[in-house]
Amino acid sequence: MLNAFYQVMRRELLTAFRRIADVFNPLWFFIIVITLFPLGVGPEPQLLLRIAPGIIWVAALLASLLSLERLFKDDFSDGGLEQLMLSPYPLSLLVTAKIIAHWLLTGLPIILISPLIAVLLSLDLNTYWAVLFTLLIGTPILSFIGAIGVALTVGLRKGGVILSLIMLPLCIPVLIFSTMAIDAANFGQSYIGALAIMGAMLVTAITLAPFAVAASLRVSVS
Amino acid sequence: MLEAKSLSCVREDRLLFEGLSLKVKPGQIIQVEGPNGVGKTSLFRLLVGLMTPYHGQVLWQGLAISDDREAYQQNLLYLGHQSGVKPELSALENLRFYQKMFEPSYQGDLYSVLAQVGLAGLEEVPAAQLSAGQQRRVALARLWISTAPLWILDEPFTAIDKNGVKVLEQLFVKHAENSGMILLTTHQDLNLPAADFSKLVMVKPSLEELYVGIGAEKC
Amino acid sequence: MWKWLHPYAKAQTSYELAGKLIPWFTVVCCISFAVGLVWGLAFAPADYQQGDSFRIIYIHVPAAILSMGAYTSMAVAAFIGLVWQIRLSDMAVAAMAPVGAVFTFIALFTGAAWGKPMWGAWWVWDARLTSELILLFLYLGVIALYNAFSDKVLAGRAAGILTLVGVINIPIIHYSVEWWNTLHQGASITKFDKPSIALSMLWPLLIMLLAFATFFGALMLMRFRNEILQRESHRPWVKALVMGGK
Repeated sequence: MLNAFYQVMRRELLTAFRRIADVFNPLWFFIIVITLFPLGVGPEPQLLLRIAPGIIWVAALLASLLSLERLFKDDFSDGGLEQLMLSPYPLSLLVTAKIIAHWLLTGLPIILISPLIAVLLSLDLNTYWAVLFTLLIGTPILSFIGAIGVALTVGLRKGGVILSLIMLPLCIPVLIFSTMAIDAANFGQSYIGALAIMGAMLVTAITLAPFAVAASLRVSVS
Repeated sequence: MLEAKSLSCVREDRLLFEGLSLKVKPGQIIQVEGPNGVGKTSLFRLLVGLMTPYHGQVLWQGLAISDDREAYQQNLLYLGHQSGVKPELSALENLRFYQKMFEPSYQGDLYSVLAQVGLAGLEEVPAAQLSAGQQRRVALARLWISTAPLWILDEPFTAIDKNGVKVLEQLFVKHAENSGMILLTTHQDLNLPAADFSKLVMVKPSLEELYVGIGAEKC
Repeated sequence: MWKWLHPYAKAQTSYELAGKLIPWFTVVCCISFAVGLVWGLAFAPADYQQGDSFRIIYIHVPAAILSMGAYTSMAVAAFIGLVWQIRLSDMAVAAMAPVGAVFTFIALFTGAAWGKPMWGAWWVWDARLTSELILLFLYLGVIALYNAFSDKVLAGRAAGILTLVGVINIPIIHYSVEWWNTLHQGASITKFDKPSIALSMLWPLLIMLLAFATFFGALMLMRFRNEILQRESHRPWVKALVMGGK
């Protein structure tokens, strides 16, 4: 069972590294969106600090949305998804492996370049820690929730718009709590509470989303 | 034994077939024939459990396949139109993935398996650089390491040359002799000596059947 | 319960049952609409703070309650459809979604119209209005997903899964929005937080609620019948029905 989990994850990472450019594209998108805001509203550090949580999280949301589609698309079109569904292992386990691999390829790079964002938006150290923690807990939630949306739309010819239509409203709580935590850090308050709630949401997402994804895939691949 | 009981298939509000029953016993090879669009692929997807039938059910050893999917899938090897071969990975990596997923106890040498399907020397080449027929052979190589008794193969000979077809036919006969079961579609004539080989011919419903009762007064 | 329900898992039985129920719903709806509207708009006393503008609650509150009630019913239907693999249940989800979306829109529109005299703006980011707006997004997502599939059996199942995911999310969304609201606006005056409502105002409200509920029921059953006919158009009984010249 664990071996199957490992095999799926390994193949996922291996295919991604063979086409490394695809990994970087959402990352460039994330950085570009963030640079658009100072250009749009002006470069005053006070103003940037005030809207930084919103900028970072809206950009992270859009970047993860952009990268989500390839989670199942290639597998769907080359028949690999059928084979995963017909393997003697629970489909929910295998999709969990895929989602985690996907997060390693899309969520983790955003976290790795987050110091750069702190510099661009002139965040202080305390606020940066809050940004880091919310990204660390929040981006996997986006991957798990988004995977449901992708699984539902992967068989559609024009699934991209519908994917964003059904996924973005479901991600609103993540947006609210993470920006709330960053705001609190900004004012020097404790933000443990918001992080704890996000942690609870992550646990819920990890336990429930794989079943929803598996059920959705059985609809899409038929 | 695989058994289908009065299957009906509806796609996009259109009835493809109705009341289809069949049995596949150990040692049997069944070729499903019929014109394009008659529902061969849909039938296969119903039989492997990728699609749910509108009516009727599919039984494996007397149990509905939806009741115990994993037990059924341990006994099943299905190859569809798309072969499930990742273009970024080499032939060997592709085969090894499927070996680890489906036949974890297989001990043999994967290089020799690839040689048997005519891919000697191409093991490490990314599948994207192989021809369509060669990619198909990567997928078909799974048949050589498979211990599953039930093979369901949708157009296995697509893009395969005459020689390759002959090799596959020998493999099918051997599989049937080991009391395996094979269901396949192909538009080629098969040459399977000494095997329990039969054909299932699907026909399209006539126009009268499609529009039964709706005569001149409608529309 | 399951044995009792089983005949209704057949399309034709449900079609006929829905047909029998529609007139009842329609009659109750028309009567309660007439009574509730006249009572609420003409005879109920005016609010001592808001004057006559409060009377919009006779539309706003029932629509808001029904918008959530409709989503809950969709979730129940989706759950039945997924667990027991009943296609009719998925059809019911598809039948309810647009009606629920319209009710949500009515609640949003009347909320905004009410906000103008109360807050002096058409739109404020009040917690309830915001939640209602997100509920509208969820409805639109379900409808868009359902329409995107060309195979309507699959469309129903996909919409059902999305509805269930949404219903798990609704409480989380609701509380997060509420918390967000208190943090950003301080303790805002939410308009339904009256400790009690006078009986003379409550009765017409309850009657209007009944009117909206039966309205929803009638519309949903009509759409449900249409869904059944479209999905089952290849079946002999539908052909016979069409031939019958109805």
